[in-house]
Amino acid sequence: MTKKVGTVLVKRGMAEMQKGGVIMDVVNAEQARIAEKAGAVAVMALERVPSDIRKAGGVARMADPTIVEEVMKAVSIPVMAKARIGHIVEARILEAMGVDYIDESEVLTPADEEYHILKSSFTVPFVCGCRDLGEAARRIGEGAAMLRTKGEPGTGNIVEAVRHMRKVNAQVRRVVAMNEDELMTEAKLLGAPYEILLQIKKNGRLPVVNFAAGGVATPADAALMMELGADGVFVGSGIFKSENPAAFAKAIVEATTHYQDYKLLAEISKNIGTPMTGLEMSSLTPADRMQDRGW
Amino acid sequence: MTTIGILALQGAVREHAVAVEKCGARAVAVKSVEDLQNIDGLILPGGESTTMRRLIDTYDMMKQLKRFISLDKPVFGTCAGLILLARTIEGSDESHIGMMDIVVRRNSYGRQVNSFETALEIKDVGNDFPGVFIRAPHIISVDEGVEILCEHDGRIVMARQDCLLACAFHPELTDDTRVMAYFVKMVRASIIARIKH
Repeated sequence: MTKKVGTVLVKRGMAEMQKGGVIMDVVNAEQARIAEKAGAVAVMALERVPSDIRKAGGVARMADPTIVEEVMKAVSIPVMAKARIGHIVEARILEAMGVDYIDESEVLTPADEEYHILKSSFTVPFVCGCRDLGEAARRIGEGAAMLRTKGEPGTGNIVEAVRHMRKVNAQVRRVVAMNEDELMTEAKLLGAPYEILLQIKKNGRLPVVNFAAGGVATPADAALMMELGADGVFVGSGIFKSENPAAFAKAIVEATTHYQDYKLLAEISKNIGTPMTGLEMSSLTPADRMQDRGW
Repeated sequence: MTTIGILALQGAVREHAVAVEKCGARAVAVKSVEDLQNIDGLILPGGESTTMRRLIDTYDMMKQLKRFISLDKPVFGTCAGLILLARTIEGSDESHIGMMDIVVRRNSYGRQVNSFETALEIKDVGNDFPGVFIRAPHIISVDEGVEILCEHDGRIVMARQDCLLACAFHPELTDDTRVMAYFVKMVRASIIARIKH
């Protein structure tokens, strides 16, 4: 019997298994082990968390393979890593190293200001950021097997992730309610592939999971995103830039599972220390806005 | 109506619920000990076994999960669920629920790039079943009393021991409901057996 690797089902299925879970940014083996112990479903291996990328400035690239390997050796949960938008070779390197998922990410400096990676041509699955259904559907069209909101990474401010989750879900509901003869014009207006909109209408939802990302800093933030319809949560700077990373990690995992148990949310939010310092959106210049990267 | 709970701490819960309902049973999410009271059978879905274990412990569910099985109520574990059920996990001193007499190896096919689809022959279920293996475990060995239902490439990927059913692949990700129908039948038979008893 033949084995088929890298199929759409295998790629999307991998993301389905992460549902209801928390994926945490880590920069070394020690952090990866803290994340796994807290109950993370996967870790994202990086050289710097987004808030430090903001501070450092300059060009942000794929992490040093040594760091990614160190993290892969440290934990048994899946390991993700980021490649620059359009950087085919960074993605191929990460695939060759055996990372479990690649994030073609606006957190890094884009390598191509016109085109994204043709993700369907890879065996490894990809996750991509989106702010609206047009962007979400284009990424699915290119082969992304998982989506996440862009939010505004490294700010500890949930406002943009909320905006993006609400927008995508409102647009999905609109497509589902439309007549089929209205879909082509909707595809034109959204800049979305028609076939993807047809699939959304037929199934009543996006064909891939959509996680929250970009600004999650507290257990309540994670629960809010789940309440708004996220399938799970990415936490970047929110854990290891907080006062007590182990406590924050555990609390955010519990909050994501029990997002509608408000008494429990009150309990788990107690005595976990100070969250990361947040940034107000109006303090960002247009060049600071990572979410505007991507096409 | 036959009611089947799906452990909803993390993982592919919705897909199992859809499959259960397609097979004519009622599906409910199980998030706490109380949710275990009114169900006839339980599914441990795919996801991350370490995450699920952490959450099982946080909410003191382990004792009640074991009690559920000791009442001969059927439990079906897929992928991570299989790991939760296994008595022995290779390379680890600790098991989770540990009530099925099998030895398992986690991530036994390698990393995600080695995840695959293949056609399976499953005893009492049928041929050409779409097997979706995602960072899948496999069963290294089984004790007496455990029936092997499916092997692929010389590896045991599905087995049954009385009221416990476990597979390394993800039937819930496909439209083929034959494996779920098999489990629903197990649950219905156990209800009838309890009434007679």
